[in-house]
Amino acid sequence: MAAKTDTHSDPAQDADLGAAGSQLSTAPKEEVSLPSLGPIGWARWFWRQLTSMRVALILLFLLSLGAVPGSLIPQTSIDPVKVDQFQKQHDVLGPIYDKLGMFHVYSSVWFSAIYLLLFISLIGCIVPRTWQFVGQLRGRPPGAPRRLTRLPAYATWRTTAEPEQVLKAAHRTLKKRRFRTHSPKLSASLEQGGTPTGTSVAAEKGYLREAGNLIFHIALIVMLVAFAIGNLWKSEGGKLIAEGDGFSNSLTQFDDFKSGSFFDTDDLEPFGFQLDKFVATYERGGPQNGTPRIFRADVTYFSGADGKEHKTSIKVNEPLDIGGDRVYLLSHGYAPDVTVKDGTGKVVYEGAVPFLPQDPKNFTSSGVVKVPGAKTKDGKKNQLGFQGFFVPTFGGKGSGSMFSVFPALDNPRLTLTAYHGDLGVDSGLPQNVYQLETKNLKQYKVDGRAVAQMMSPGQSMKLPGGDGSIKFNGVKQWASFKISHQPGNGLALGGAVAALLGLAGSLFIQRRRVWVRAEPGPDGVTVVEIAGLGRSESPKLPEELADLAYTLQPDAPQAPEPDPEASDPEDSDPHAEDSAEPTDSAGNADPSEGARA
Amino acid sequence: MNLAAAANENLAHTSNVLIYSAMAVYTLAFLAHMAEWVFGSRSKVARTAAALTEEKSAASAVTVQSKAKAGGTAVLDRPKVVTRSAAGSRDVPDGIGAHGGTEKGDLYGRIAVSLTVLAWLIHVGGVVSRALSVQRAPWGNMYEFSTTFAAVAVAVYLILLTAKKNVRWIGLPLVTTVLLDLGLAISVLYTASDQLVPALHSYWLWIHVSCAIISGAVLYMGAVATLLYLFRDRYEAKLANPAGKQPGAFAKSVLERLPAAASLDKFAYRINATVFPLWTFTIIAGAIWAEAAWGRYWGWDPKEVWSFITWVAYACYLHARATAGWKGRKAAYLALIAFACYLFNYYGVNIFVTGLHSYAGV
Ligand code: HEM
Repeated sequence: MAAKTDTHSDPAQDADLGAAGSQLSTAPKEEVSLPSLGPIGWARWFWRQLTSMRVALILLFLLSLGAVPGSLIPQTSIDPVKVDQFQKQHDVLGPIYDKLGMFHVYSSVWFSAIYLLLFISLIGCIVPRTWQFVGQLRGRPPGAPRRLTRLPAYATWRTTAEPEQVLKAAHRTLKKRRFRTHSPKLSASLEQGGTPTGTSVAAEKGYLREAGNLIFHIALIVMLVAFAIGNLWKSEGGKLIAEGDGFSNSLTQFDDFKSGSFFDTDDLEPFGFQLDKFVATYERGGPQNGTPRIFRADVTYFSGADGKEHKTSIKVNEPLDIGGDRVYLLSHGYAPDVTVKDGTGKVVYEGAVPFLPQDPKNFTSSGVVKVPGAKTKDGKKNQLGFQGFFVPTFGGKGSGSMFSVFPALDNPRLTLTAYHGDLGVDSGLPQNVYQLETKNLKQYKVDGRAVAQMMSPGQSMKLPGGDGSIKFNGVKQWASFKISHQPGNGLALGGAVAALLGLAGSLFIQRRRVWVRAEPGPDGVTVVEIAGLGRSESPKLPEELADLAYTLQPDAPQAPEPDPEASDPEDSDPHAEDSAEPTDSAGNADPSEGARA
Repeated sequence: MNLAAAANENLAHTSNVLIYSAMAVYTLAFLAHMAEWVFGSRSKVARTAAALTEEKSAASAVTVQSKAKAGGTAVLDRPKVVTRSAAGSRDVPDGIGAHGGTEKGDLYGRIAVSLTVLAWLIHVGGVVSRALSVQRAPWGNMYEFSTTFAAVAVAVYLILLTAKKNVRWIGLPLVTTVLLDLGLAISVLYTASDQLVPALHSYWLWIHVSCAIISGAVLYMGAVATLLYLFRDRYEAKLANPAGKQPGAFAKSVLERLPAAASLDKFAYRINATVFPLWTFTIIAGAIWAEAAWGRYWGWDPKEVWSFITWVAYACYLHARATAGWKGRKAAYLALIAFACYLFNYYGVNIFVTGLHSYAGV
């Protein structure tokens, strides 16, 4: 029962093991030799390099390194304003970064090159590995190596049982443990109802590891394809809607819109919705005073040709699925409702004007009202513009400033200053609806002081010189939505799940081989040897082997320690002489056996 | 202020007191561990050097006996399974442990573990009362994330101890970092107990963030083991080459008592490989949540980018272990880089980079 071991090398690569140690994985072999042939030789060499583990490793490393700058340098796709700022602040770095594609890292040439090379390498790696694996599945576990003692886990004992009995039991036990087992002579003779004549059983288990690994790598490709589809055919638009207003899904309705290269705007799904009410509640009192608790947009929507209306609500984490698109609630704010009359007394503007929050906590907001169609009392063109602040909860006169103290509509105030002249909207150039172009406007002043008034709902402000008035009727809320069309999501999710399952299989399943040999020893008593070989990281192999040895005990009970006098030639096995010869069942470990796969 | 709010504030206060108390007990555990190492240093066992200089053939066999099964016919010896160690490893036995085989050292070590258990219970009390005070998962901001993170890291350690794994050597570095982490959390990152913005109202918060925390805590174990592996490996290399430079007395005393480089390496690999699928799941869950909350599952937000970088770096490490010429130290460096990416994602991105995730609050 003593073990003999000698100098160490990787068991899986031990020359002694021959075919027995081969192909425990389908990982590509490393090749460092230089090509000798002409262009074809070089091409082949290049391909081998690209699909080698070493290059895959380097590309993976480059991929993670390459992703870094995109997280530290502003990106056009995420925040174009910041990119502009950055370029203004950095005269030297700006242009260099621009040349290097640093403002759009993830669509830059060099980043794409890294991941495309990686995925070419991946495909070049997966295809041969799959074939190899299919071959392994079709083949048989390689036969026992000549010297089982050289394997990483080994046990031996002498038994009173006949070798055939031990081998049959081993065969049975390993099969029951879902090993693929093989013993050429044994199985052949068993089929014929005879007794086994071979001296060893080979078994292998854990093929799912390799399958998992292949599934994982294939799933990575599926995910890349899904990501590409998503980016090329996506569309995404934003829309800000005040309570009572609606939206229908066509290009002109969006405040902003962007789409992938292959998206056709004719493909916009026919649907629409109306914002009936926006509900926001806030924590009152306590240390969390003012923290939002609920944001909810109650909408009425229709989809498709029939136009049937449904009611629902959209929340921050609960978008509306509609006609294959999704509508997300992004943000919200207040829209003071005003009525503007001009000098002739005619109502020239009426409606809610969305103001943008300047302070995201308490919603001090600013905004403008543009009234292009106004006239003076003599009927002359006199465009009006108002600029102002809105606070949902005014802190009172004592606070001295126009800052909101709570986000809910507790004590709303609207403060406006007025301009007249040319709004600059007639030129046809697009204008920011939240800013006044004051270049050709004159501020209304009385005695040199700007006309400005703080109003509560119901109050109004008169313009000097009988130019009209503006009335603050009340407040509506607005909500902004993102309407997004992103194909390939299902595929990406499927890929991700497959990758996860494959990965788990690949990392948690151990692939290992076990051999059992039973032969008559020199004294005629049967010697059982069992040995196991796994990937270098198999921690459980010795335990599994010990367990196997234990299970075999009833069929291969231990013989007493050798006692020279007790060895009776009559009892000895007829094969005893054969076994003394160096050629034993290791003959089964014919290199073609494993390599056949 | 209403009653519920007052009760919540009381709970939040209790939580702070518990965290401070846990820190006090962790400090005692730290001192006990120090005592363990100090007393252990008096022992003069030098098994590593002995193993390395001894006749190779005699030192190399390690016997493993099958799991004892009740009722076996134990008339005769059960066959022993002889294992041969893997490629290129030095075949040295594991160090004896911080106590160095001294009784006093061992006693202090046991005291340290008991104190760690006590501190951990108080610590968990602190985390739970914080969760109750805000009535949500206790990881809505960096303070909560840090305290929960440390609690999970200690939990992983205690679970491994309970499973009779040889991990007591990680006690001192773990308790030290837990103290640092809690100190940083309560002084720099502290945020009063607070409600979440509606964007964080989602069950994905439970799933995604808890997985991120568990992954990080376990990966941290792997990183400590990897770092110690690098030291111990160098130590063994020096011993194996008696002609070269020999390790100093301090290094010798400390490293001698650690597990063998091969064991540390294996431990680190198993830890990293086991938790890698969980980290993968964390990212997938995050993508699903992002799809629901922001309308795209992947948008190269800085947090997403760094999760991706971390993931690819660990994939790199796993590849390296399967690539000839990259096993051992090189793979270990990759593992450390990968963990540094995780840390940067947590501290660096939250503090220095603005993105959609920033509202999680410093
Ligand atoms: C797209 C980038 C890739 C990623 C994210 C990736 C990730 C991984 C991961 C996480 C593992 C560990 C699973 C295990 O140990 O079984 C692994 C294993 C493996 N990968 Fe990749 N891989 C990538 C590309 C490649 C490429 C291009 C090749 C081929 C050259 C390749 C070949 C392998 C092989 C052979 C294994 C198994 C190693 C073993 O048998 O232990 N991978 N990969």
